[in-house]
Amino acid sequence: MKIHEYQAKELFQKYGVPTPRGKAAFAVDEAKAIAKELGTLPVVVKAQIHAGGRGKGGGVKIAKTEAEVEQYANQILGMTLVTHQTGPEGRLVKRLLVEEGLPIEKELYLSLLPDRDTASIVIMASEAGGMDIEEVAEATPEKIIKVFVNPLLGFQAYEARQLAYGLNMEPEVVKAFIPMINKLYKLTVEYDCSLVEINPLVILSDKRVVALDAKVTFDDNAMYRHKDIQAYRDLEEEDPFEVEASKYNINYIKLPGGNIGNMVNGAGLAMATMDVIQLAGGQPANFLDVGGGASAEQVENGLRIILSDSAVKGVLINIFGGILRCDILATGVVQAAKNVEIKVPLIIRMEGTNVDQGRKILEESGLKITVAKDLADAAQKVSAVAKA
Amino acid sequence: MSIWVDNNTKLVVQGITGREGQFHTLQCKAYGTNVVAGVTPGKAGQNVEGIPVFNTVAQAVKEAGANASMVFVPPPFCADAILESIDAEIPLIVAITEGIPVMDMMKVKNYLKGSKSRLIGPNCPGIITPGQAKIGIMPGPIHKPGPVGIVSRSGTLTYEAVYQIMRFGVGQSTCVGIGGDPVNGTNFIDCLSAFQNDPETKAIIMVGEIGGSAEEEAADFIKQNVTKPVVGFVAGATAPPGRRMGHAGAIISGSSGTAQGKMAAMKAAGIAVVENLGLLGDVAQEVFKDVI
Repeated sequence: MKIHEYQAKELFQKYGVPTPRGKAAFAVDEAKAIAKELGTLPVVVKAQIHAGGRGKGGGVKIAKTEAEVEQYANQILGMTLVTHQTGPEGRLVKRLLVEEGLPIEKELYLSLLPDRDTASIVIMASEAGGMDIEEVAEATPEKIIKVFVNPLLGFQAYEARQLAYGLNMEPEVVKAFIPMINKLYKLTVEYDCSLVEINPLVILSDKRVVALDAKVTFDDNAMYRHKDIQAYRDLEEEDPFEVEASKYNINYIKLPGGNIGNMVNGAGLAMATMDVIQLAGGQPANFLDVGGGASAEQVENGLRIILSDSAVKGVLINIFGGILRCDILATGVVQAAKNVEIKVPLIIRMEGTNVDQGRKILEESGLKITVAKDLADAAQKVSAVAKA
Repeated sequence: MSIWVDNNTKLVVQGITGREGQFHTLQCKAYGTNVVAGVTPGKAGQNVEGIPVFNTVAQAVKEAGANASMVFVPPPFCADAILESIDAEIPLIVAITEGIPVMDMMKVKNYLKGSKSRLIGPNCPGIITPGQAKIGIMPGPIHKPGPVGIVSRSGTLTYEAVYQIMRFGVGQSTCVGIGGDPVNGTNFIDCLSAFQNDPETKAIIMVGEIGGSAEEEAADFIKQNVTKPVVGFVAGATAPPGRRMGHAGAIISGSSGTAQGKMAAMKAAGIAVVENLGLLGDVAQEVFKDVI
């Protein structure tokens, strides 16, 4: 799960990690009031969306006067911000973060995340702050320091020193940095973060170390133990189709530019089915895993969500009945057809548990459904629809 | 022969009295697996269709001689259940549960190092040696004994692979689902190495998906160590970067973990890579024809 920068900074403050003073604003007047309350100039006006690259897209401005605060807040609130992470359609800005400008001496990069290969928490740091870390990793990998923390041992003092001295910090800065990195490690573990990234982490002229930016994402599997974070969820940042699907516990992802909808059981088979659609000359419109324990209702809701996308010219249902039985799937499809008008061709490939009963239910329903005998056959039938 | 699971397997099921746990325990038993015990804390003395229930795994080992466990415990308590089995020195632990937090699994993974246990999963369909035993949720009847070893990160893709080679009448030595989570126990290399050493396995199918670098590492291992023919598939060529495709581990981060990168590494290692899943059976039939 993603949260906004200002929410991530609230979490930092809870752990005592220094951030610039500031507050979120939802309106221009509010932004002005916050700037006044901060009692300092310049202030920074930052667009709050769930995507990076906001500065380059014009979503971050430094206001040197009160008039500029108003001007920039006006400009950014309500703008459609396009960054390399939003896609060409961009994202509408509905929230701002207004915070104090600070005298920066040096910019660093810092991140903490679980590393799947080593089953440890990797802390990455670099003196090349403020830059895209993927680019740094590619061009100058020697500029990135990595420390792998064993989660059974926890973060050790020598590991903190490796980071501090690796970043060539002056003694005063080391003193500020060590407690901060310990707090960040604690936060990462306690809140099941899948990423804590500060880019840039800044050293100020008075040698304080401050998180100028903050990006925090969470492990969806662990949200059950973080009710406070669930309150941070911003549904407006999510795709409306995906929000709808999540209400029924359906694993759905909308894919831009697609024309063939699909519903599959199992994540691997669902991805492979998307690939098959593309190889057949279509473009998958979505990823949808109905899961192993799907009910007829979930199948119906899944189909309804797929069909509500007007770009969909046809739907491929691919089910390998294991735990999910083919007769349950067929019942769901028939039920959906009664409640939702299906105007596009429906191709079904079923195999596995209770496949004969499933096929019988489809045949006896009188619905116009094309049954494919196997995946290769399904691909050919999809191809015909995509090219029609 | 086979790997890890056979007629000598004596299974204990952790979470046996839950709805899913009970259903699949009986399915495993019906397939022929020797299910000797179940564990649900606080329910010792009960039984599930004749299978005795114990409070702890240690008791199930001591009283019923369990040498493998299948874990159906819900995500908040699952890491603890796996740790309990490691502590009881169960040689094979198969965790079916989906949705365990990564932080929990990282601790389990570190605790596994140097232990006497092998963990398969979590978030996996389990393992089956056709005709002998199954530990997991895969449909038993689609399999039959034979020469092909299958290893996969995905449940239904494993069934699909089985189904496609069965159309040519080809059976399986053992099928292992290693699971779709980013941090898991047994990996591709463990399975490939075991298949290479198993005389009954003549050929291997390896099914990967986007995310991480397990396929690339496996490809490297195959190049150095595997002499048996391998057919490979990677799901997710059309998956957008930065999105989790159902499985917690199926995510392209930046430019790493793409299907294209994995397929290229596998091809370079001499693996016959199938791009269109619908043709997996045909390709396997062609590539394996000299050994099966």
